[in-house]
Amino acid sequence: MFPNLKNPVFTDIGDLNEMARQIRRDIMNMLLISKSGHSGGPLGFADVFTALYFNKLNILPEQPYADFRDYVFLSIGHIAPVWYATLARRGYFPLEELKTLRKINGRLQGHPAPLKTHGLPGVEIASGALGQGLSIAVGAAIGLRLSGKPNHVYCICGDGELNEGQIWEAAMTAAHHNVDNLTVFVDRNHCQIDNRTENVMKLEPLADKWKSFGFEVFEIDGHNMKEILDTIDKAKKVKGKPALLLTYTKMGRGVSFMEDNYKWHGVPPNDEQGRVALSELFPTKFGDFVDYYNGK
Amino acid sequence: MNFIHKTVSCLVENLDLKNPELKETRKGFGEALIELGKTNPDVVVLGGDVSGSVRSDMFRDVFPDRFFSVGVSEQDMMGTAAGLSVVGKIPFASTYGEFATGRPFDQIRQSIAYSEMNVKICASHCGLTVGPDGATHQSLEDVAIMRVLPHMYVITPCDYNQTYRAVIECTKIYAPFYIRFYRDNSPNFTNPKAPFEFGKADTLLNGDDCTIIASGLCVWESLLAAEELAKEKISIRLINMHTIKPFDTDAVVKAAKETGCIVTVEDHQKKGGLGGAVAEALAQEYPSPVEFVGASDTFGESGKGSELFEKYGISKRYIVEAVKRAIKRKK
Repeated sequence: MFPNLKNPVFTDIGDLNEMARQIRRDIMNMLLISKSGHSGGPLGFADVFTALYFNKLNILPEQPYADFRDYVFLSIGHIAPVWYATLARRGYFPLEELKTLRKINGRLQGHPAPLKTHGLPGVEIASGALGQGLSIAVGAAIGLRLSGKPNHVYCICGDGELNEGQIWEAAMTAAHHNVDNLTVFVDRNHCQIDNRTENVMKLEPLADKWKSFGFEVFEIDGHNMKEILDTIDKAKKVKGKPALLLTYTKMGRGVSFMEDNYKWHGVPPNDEQGRVALSELFPTKFGDFVDYYNGK
Repeated sequence: MNFIHKTVSCLVENLDLKNPELKETRKGFGEALIELGKTNPDVVVLGGDVSGSVRSDMFRDVFPDRFFSVGVSEQDMMGTAAGLSVVGKIPFASTYGEFATGRPFDQIRQSIAYSEMNVKICASHCGLTVGPDGATHQSLEDVAIMRVLPHMYVITPCDYNQTYRAVIECTKIYAPFYIRFYRDNSPNFTNPKAPFEFGKADTLLNGDDCTIIASGLCVWESLLAAEELAKEKISIRLINMHTIKPFDTDAVVKAAKETGCIVTVEDHQKKGGLGGAVAEALAQEYPSPVEFVGASDTFGESGKGSELFEKYGISKRYIVEAVKRAIKRKK
């Protein structure tokens, strides 16, 4: 029933890692241009986004709302730059448009905007106010199952976001209804805006919490491409209950002075910091969408 | 009672103001859900542990596969409904008025209104008539906070017949809806054969001394007030404003021009609801004397619905007084 999806785009781990690095470069360039936005989370989850969009998802960028598509819900709307860069790299819209992040009259809103208002291909629904995405993903999964459709639903949550009560309401709903066409990622980077997560609101023992809520939990290294790919497959095979990938990452991954530092949650690099960041994320075969420092 | 014969056909034939048929508006919701269940396979219903109270259990018992319990978690219910809408379902999310609006406001704002999801929020047990349960359960702000949300339709049917029709009709428009109704038996007096269109107010009485614009249960209360006023030769134009958004500004301006003054009546705070909508419309289009009947910046308390309408100034005699005040203010 699927048309030629040209997916996976890459099967080689080296290619996938290189694309993830390019997406990190794109994120830095987007933030340098917009001078506003979040650095840490987007860099930290670039590997998972690459694994999904360049290997695992049943999607067709030319038909972003095709009936057979897998659904991706980004509950942590503030890491939008990694989503936008990934969608552009995958062909959902022109790379050039990445220059419009957070600019007026653009589609790349600071937090993902709904289709009807801004029409960015690949986005299903608004997110930004935290804690809402899992409920939406569960609703979509229940609806798809009711229709007898094979589409799979992915939801990306943060760890700081787990402070929100609605997440746990949704967790109960997912387990109560034995939702197994859903895979949840929790970006476990131990950082949120104010401080380390365990200082702001203790989350541990986090894997046990999710298990006790009825989830099959996989703990993975969110920067190990092979482990991400393999575990997505395993999670998809779980029957009768929802699956969750507790994905250990480093906020700001790939940029030494940002790594594992909660202060990089919500700020962009300045020009000097950007220069260092781009030198550490050395160029790839895919090429940049902009030459920021030479005004091109 | 000949004043009723001046009206168009929005009222049932041979309406007996002393002994009207009594029916639950919430049962109109339940019956309409069953009808939708039969005719529209995309309709699904979410239960928030009060499905018996809001009458969505009527749907559950006939279509158990399309009914999903989410427990007492209104925020999750709104998000789940949004997700069902993303994949093409028409979800009905229903609970008591306060918990359908105040508790999950942010979820409604972001995941439903901003995202323009096809979610139908249906709230029972609204206003003061939940009586003995007290102020925590008496939603008197729900219309105001739903009305400020872009994209949201806000519907306040006045009886069983109109609740039934609103629930059926809302599935024909791809948009988020808030439909407000009640727990108790109340007079069922609108003509099910009369035209009914969202955003087009119904004129029930065609008098010319003053216009009463009422919503929900207060439409009946206003009919009784009009009967009282007729005895004093004051003829009332009575408008049933069943749609608070999109608002029928034309009907309000026409009434103000033709009758010279307006009284608004609602089982809700005076501020921000129907009264607010009328005042905004007239201030912009045709400034006129307006008197407001409703809750005066106060919470309710336990008591019978009729006692509370009396204590909080929403009963017939307050409407009569407001009409007289409004007429005095006419130029």
